[in-house]
Amino acid sequence: MVNEYKLKTPLHEDDIRKMDIGDIVYLSGIIVSARDSGHRRALELLNKGEKLPIDLHGLAVYHLGPVVKKVNDEWKVIAAGPTTSARLEMYEAEFIEKTGVKMIIGKGGMGAKTAEACKKFGAVYTIYPGGVAAVAAKSIKRVINVYWLDLGIPEALWVLEVENFGPLMITIDSKGRNFYDKIYADARNRLDKEIYPKLGIT
Amino acid sequence: MIRLNLEDKLFNATIQLIEAAATWLPNDVENALKIAYEKETNPLAKNMLKAMIENVKVARDEVLPICQDTGTVIFYIKAGEKFPLLGKLPVILKRATIEATNKIPLRPNAVDVFTGKNSGDNTGRYIPWIEWEIEENSDIAEITVMLKGGGSEAPSLAKVIPPGQGLKGVIKIVLEDIFEAGAKPCPPVIVGVGLGPTGDIAMKLAKKALLRPIGMRSDNPEVAKFELQLLEAINSIGIGTHGMGGLTTALDVHVEYAYRHPAALAVAVATNCWAARKSTMKVYPDGKIEYLTHPYLNKEVK
Repeated sequence: MVNEYKLKTPLHEDDIRKMDIGDIVYLSGIIVSARDSGHRRALELLNKGEKLPIDLHGLAVYHLGPVVKKVNDEWKVIAAGPTTSARLEMYEAEFIEKTGVKMIIGKGGMGAKTAEACKKFGAVYTIYPGGVAAVAAKSIKRVINVYWLDLGIPEALWVLEVENFGPLMITIDSKGRNFYDKIYADARNRLDKEIYPKLGIT
Repeated sequence: MIRLNLEDKLFNATIQLIEAAATWLPNDVENALKIAYEKETNPLAKNMLKAMIENVKVARDEVLPICQDTGTVIFYIKAGEKFPLLGKLPVILKRATIEATNKIPLRPNAVDVFTGKNSGDNTGRYIPWIEWEIEENSDIAEITVMLKGGGSEAPSLAKVIPPGQGLKGVIKIVLEDIFEAGAKPCPPVIVGVGLGPTGDIAMKLAKKALLRPIGMRSDNPEVAKFELQLLEAINSIGIGTHGMGGLTTALDVHVEYAYRHPAALAVAVATNCWAARKSTMKVYPDGKIEYLTHPYLNKEVK
């Protein structure tokens, strides 16, 4: 059965552990964008024992490089759909461990290392529909702050206040299960057992 | 005087062309999404398709970018040999790209490979990228802009196989590529397949194939049949919309080919995400602009 949850940051491990793959979340509170360079710099700083400009404990990290516009000295987010999460697989397990982030938001799925970290540290990976950026931006109430603009607009850390951001589908739950595992296993099976034999391909 | 005037008109029209591409999904793509939604039986995939169709409408109504990845700016030019601004086109298109980035706005997506620095205005070495075709006895330029998302470039590949492997070898490369890409390139995707003698020729053709409207088959009946065979096979894999499973992994497959070398069959695959953003205009030497993919713009042009 699919459950629907409304959550607010800071997120608590008990709430996170309740959710299963396929469940839907609408999130309010603070989310922070981070892509490749953001993850890399964050880990470099943390590994040197330095602090990040924002404490991510209990918050959500969003794989996002937004379209933004400055209106009267204030940043406005115009479009804000997710980027492909697979690129962050090389950083995410360590990122979850060292930042205390409880929810990852992205699209396209993540791998076994992230699933292991979600299980160990009580976090979830969720997806928002890729390309649905104009609608996503409507859930963003304001830009609270932005750090690391020297990395370029897409890679900076955007600290965003969101209201009922979703639907976010739990794709990796804190039991370490990955929604995509079955999809890909079934697809592989169809290719090898049905499609290739039918087309005479070996 | 006339030359100056044409330059200004072309500059302004190009900004409008880019804005239309970023905010208004072409009708053929939107219709294909609606058909995919109607026939989808998997509830998760159906919900995703619904969200995508809704987003297309919001972006169009409020003139917002459909996707935050407003892509790499690529121009395809079919210019008559007598088009008055032939040599100036690259400079004008580059200036218009900078202005469009600022005005619409677009996300700055041009990054120096070696320093990692983002230029901030969507231009840089060879960017915007331009592909040319010159036409004899014409003074008209047809300009298409494609805003090519980065995520859907992940499955791009070119590979040379022994011609003995034939079309079965081609099918296997395409299917394995789409399977490997899974949910990453934002399916349902549009698949361009290029075939020819060398890797680069095949890749250019694969990319060009993405410009063809959805549902339009190759004018070569053999190739048209092959396109439909590939489409059916891809949609049997069951990756589905954003990897949710279901009926539609690809909206269409387009194949373009060049004659191959006796010893080499180069196969290239290019994919576009469902938000396949492009727009085309015709520029006449008197400054008249005709928008082909976004005809609603024709009324606004004075």
